Amino acid sequence: MFADYSWPELGAIFAMQGFAGLILFSVFVLMALGLAIIFGQMGVINMAHGEFMILGAYVTYLLSNLFADYVPALFSMYFFVAMFLAFIASGALGLFVEWALIRHLYKRPLDTLLATWGLSLILQQVYRSVFGAREVGVSIPDWMMGSLPLTDLIEIPINGIFVMVLAVSISLGVYIMMFRSNWGKQVRAINQNRVMAGAVGINTEWTDRLTFGIGCGVAGVAGSAFTMIGSTGPTAGQLYIVDTFLVVVFGGAASLLGTIASAFSISQAQSIMEFFLSGSMAKVLTLLVVVGILMIRPQGLFAMKLRK
Amino acid sequence: MSDETPKKKSTGLSRREVLAGGTALSAALFLPKSLKAADFPTAEINTTGLAVTDDTVTIGILHSVTGTMAISETGSVQAEKLAIDQINAQGGILGRKIEYIQEDGASDWPTFAEKARKLLVNDKVASVMGCWTSASRKAVLPVFEQHNGFLYYPTFYEGLEESPNVIYTGQEATQQIIAGLDWVNQTKGAKSFYLLGSDYIWPRTSNKIARKHIENFMEGCKVVGEEYYPLGHTQFNSVINKIRLRKPDVIYAIVVGGSNVAFYKQLIAAGIDPSAEKPIVLTISVTEDEIRGIGGENIEGAYACMKYFQSLENENNLKFVEEFKKMWGDDIAIGDVTQAAYLGPWLWKAAVEKAGSFDVDKVREASPGIELTTAPEGYVKIHENHHLWSKTRVGRAQADGQYEVVFETAELVEPDPFPEGYQ
Repeated sequence: MFADYSWPELGAIFAMQGFAGLILFSVFVLMALGLAIIFGQMGVINMAHGEFMILGAYVTYLLSNLFADYVPALFSMYFFVAMFLAFIASGALGLFVEWALIRHLYKRPLDTLLATWGLSLILQQVYRSVFGAREVGVSIPDWMMGSLPLTDLIEIPINGIFVMVLAVSISLGVYIMMFRSNWGKQVRAINQNRVMAGAVGINTEWTDRLTFGIGCGVAGVAGSAFTMIGSTGPTAGQLYIVDTFLVVVFGGAASLLGTIASAFSISQAQSIMEFFLSGSMAKVLTLLVVVGILMIRPQGLFAMKLRK
Repeated sequence: MSDETPKKKSTGLSRREVLAGGTALSAALFLPKSLKAADFPTAEINTTGLAVTDDTVTIGILHSVTGTMAISETGSVQAEKLAIDQINAQGGILGRKIEYIQEDGASDWPTFAEKARKLLVNDKVASVMGCWTSASRKAVLPVFEQHNGFLYYPTFYEGLEESPNVIYTGQEATQQIIAGLDWVNQTKGAKSFYLLGSDYIWPRTSNKIARKHIENFMEGCKVVGEEYYPLGHTQFNSVINKIRLRKPDVIYAIVVGGSNVAFYKQLIAAGIDPSAEKPIVLTISVTEDEIRGIGGENIEGAYACMKYFQSLENENNLKFVEEFKKMWGDDIAIGDVTQAAYLGPWLWKAAVEKAGSFDVDKVREASPGIELTTAPEGYVKIHENHHLWSKTRVGRAQADGQYEVVFETAELVEPDPFPEGYQ
């Protein structure tokens, strides 16, 4: 397959392919961070994660229209406003859902699966009623589309760089919040021992609500960013949910570092295999390997060490 | 919006008086062939107990208006309701107004079968306009054959089927593929092709036909890659690099649904601009409907091979687009399948009138040879094999989401659901 190509050409292709793997890694990290917070730290199996992402995408869609109609001069910058508002919108919905639904189910973790699945169906139908069944087209500012010619042969997609930068900044933000802030300390305390945490004066109810809200908000930002590379429709969230759970479970649910490590290994495996095999086959093999490893290590790649 | 079922007249006037009224008179003037119900006693034109009364006939509409396929099927429902409205405005069929019962397949194939059974067994509908995906058609097929229903199916599909109980108003695969490949070879000099698709029956069968045609019937042409991605796949960077490596003249893409949006956005982000034609992007899965999700600026310059484009400039189509927009709003895109769905009620009307009966067996017998000169796509005719003779056209995507027609076959293309040499 490589016989007809010169070395520089091959080098360029492999460089671009390496970059494709990194983009996929960033996409996985963005998808999974919100769920890692919610599932990993709170134990809530949030099947509506994809719909929270799509809410962010729809916010972006609305803002792109708003800016195009009223302040076209600032259109090239609207995306940053959109991501911020996506965080607020998805986060607010998350707070509400936690208050109305999730908090009644903390003692029944499996029931959260059913409840949030129902929620995802409800949200899909709401999107369909409000925005129509068809996918909507989100206009992206020109500077974010197209590619950056690095050398004569190597071209790097700009939106890929954008997604990577975003993934790194959000990971850093989440890290600081979880491990360097008071709130993070409280979340981890509750995660380890809820009763005791309450006894020492941590407002567990409010911390839970905030955690869920922040997880959903991060999902909203991811959804907003994905308007650059994917579709925005009522059911588009379903496209992400399987990969998201795969990354979080494979990484070890309670570990944020595990999520990132698992996103990295799955994305690299998948993108390398996609290059050498066909797309469907790559997916099958990736899943097989993940299933195999999970059979040997059911707790995932990184598990929190607990005294049992 | 007039998406309610036409109401029965309950004014106390007898039907004869209504018929003598101004509306009926003017309709009759415009349409000398308008038929009076009185000339066709119900007992004679409906011997099998269908839902036909002295002044109405009931049909079914069976599409997904919820679930993942609602994206695609909404347009078909709208087109069918428009056709029904227009037929009723002209006096209906054999003097009977069409009423419809709409059922929701909910993007779930067993639900389609169940609803089909309900329409045929409980409601006794005279015909059904419906289904979109091949999976839903396969699910309802045994129901239609068992209860002898009659289905008008609008989607272009993979062929390999010919049921006595279905009229296929979209193209089967060869009608959509072969002319387009020949065109890109002859006018653009394309020699090498990279086949890409979503991983299910339609793209796979279509690409199989494309490959056979490229390798066996196109001199000096070859396929340099063929691969499939799972439905809903959103990451195409790897395959784009592979395409770069193989340097095909043409990317032949049959990607569907949300994947479509991801594929074209990532293609352009990776620096492969379809309008540069290096390589040429040729698709059979992107209609004007899909472009709305992809964004015209992301697919501008790509070619699509269809039988209908909204931009067709003939009198039928101008009128069709105008009426469609009047009924469903200006902000609407009409794709290939939507137009094919619009043909359903009209073809059924023509067949019923030719048969002089609503009986399914007689309508079936009358169907081959039915011609429609008022179709938005131009002239169509039903073949013995229940598919339509129709032209194949190539359009080039514009930034405004419409296609500019760059080629159409001189003659109607014969439908060939079981193509020899392509299996």
